[in-house]
Amino acid sequence: MEQYNMNLTLKVWKQKNSKSNGSFETYQVKDISSEMSFLEMFDVLNEQLIKAAKNPIAFDHDCREGICGMCSMYIDGRAHGPWTKNTVCQLHMRAFKDGDTIVVEPWRSAAFPVLRDLVVDRSAFDRIMQAGGFVSVNTGNAVEANTLPIDKNDADASFDAASCIGCGACVAACKNSSAMLFVSAKVSQLALLPQGQPERESRVLNMVAQMDKEGFGNCTNTYACEAECPKGISISNIARMNRDYLKAGLNSAE
Amino acid sequence: MTWKNLFTSSIGKKLLMSLTGLFLVIFLIIHVGVNACIFINDGGVTFNTAAHFMSHNWVIRIFEIGLFTGLILHIIQGLMIWKQNRAARPVKYTINAAAANSKWYSRSMGLLGTLLLFFLIIHISKFFVDTKIAMYTNGGANDATQNLFEEMKAEFQKWWVVVIYVIGVISLFWHLLHGFQSAFQTLGIRHKKYTPIIEIFGIGYSIIVCVLFVLMPISFYMGWIS
Repeated sequence: MEQYNMNLTLKVWKQKNSKSNGSFETYQVKDISSEMSFLEMFDVLNEQLIKAAKNPIAFDHDCREGICGMCSMYIDGRAHGPWTKNTVCQLHMRAFKDGDTIVVEPWRSAAFPVLRDLVVDRSAFDRIMQAGGFVSVNTGNAVEANTLPIDKNDADASFDAASCIGCGACVAACKNSSAMLFVSAKVSQLALLPQGQPERESRVLNMVAQMDKEGFGNCTNTYACEAECPKGISISNIARMNRDYLKAGLNSAE
Repeated sequence: MTWKNLFTSSIGKKLLMSLTGLFLVIFLIIHVGVNACIFINDGGVTFNTAAHFMSHNWVIRIFEIGLFTGLILHIIQGLMIWKQNRAARPVKYTINAAAANSKWYSRSMGLLGTLLLFFLIIHISKFFVDTKIAMYTNGGANDATQNLFEEMKAEFQKWWVVVIYVIGVISLFWHLLHGFQSAFQTLGIRHKKYTPIIEIFGIGYSIIVCVLFVLMPISFYMGWIS
């Protein structure tokens, strides 16, 4: 595709901290290359703001290669922007054309409070992981990897679930701010493997209990999460978690 | 999971929605089956016989208690889920391209359900309550005068009653189209081999049931049935 430059109008959410009310601010950027990433375009804008002695826009980013799950922007009404199976850092400016107005908002969820501008606090995910996202292992030397036979299909399904980067796009895109896709991916990646069996039942009960405690909404099976997930995590994981939760719930002595 | 969790945890609440929903799905088959008797077009003889059987039968009476319990649970739980889900996003998006990632009716179950609830209040007060009053006053002595077919025929001559019923059935159609397959996902039933069958069956069910329902007031109004 031919390289081209563009001038854009940006409407970006500005918010001082989690206590204050935010509002949109409008910025103009000039000569943006179609080969830049969306985050590089923000770097250009921030340089501009710093030179003008204004506060730069706070946004999360880390690896800039689509694997860390830090970048979290709701661009023109879509989590991670208009491309599917994509993160903001991998969204390139060729997705836009000269003269476009782009609206950028943070993830909006009671469980993800805005810390500043486009940065949200996703530590709710960490607390869900702490509630059950682990396995018991024997101490001593690491066991040779091939001593434990695992069905290839199960290993693949577990790997697919484990490719979740915990970015929170599922929560952001869901009309209910439900975290079911994230939690079900983390439950499934362990439930599918023999190493995950000892805590299989307590894990799903504890992780779902923590998820509810954090204030995420209830899943209504709209499947928006799967459509917006940058890693294409399947909703079959949600079905597996429902299954495991009901089984564990029926089995529990309480 | 304690018994309390069944009503308070997010998956427990959904389980209740799913089971009561599937129960109502089965009820609708019976309801539409009885209704369809009018299409025999024998002046309501078959329909009145079927309606009489349904209302003078202690087995059905017991099921009716179950039906109302299920319906009320489905409504209360649905409203609570709707309220909680709204609270989970206190600040709304200014721009939200939700159509790009999900179907409108899957996002509108609360709205469709509320429309259905209003419809049900009108529906039950029109046909169910009347029938019951006629049955239990006079110790059921004036039962013979109770002709549900004639009553319906009279009701569905009013254009606004027909409009309310058409709107009610359209809401039901979209509610079922999402609800049918959604109930199975909540129960954890998602499988490469079976899910496509469930989805196709759900679409077929929603179309057949709703077409039969909506044909009833329209047929009476148009005079296709006498």
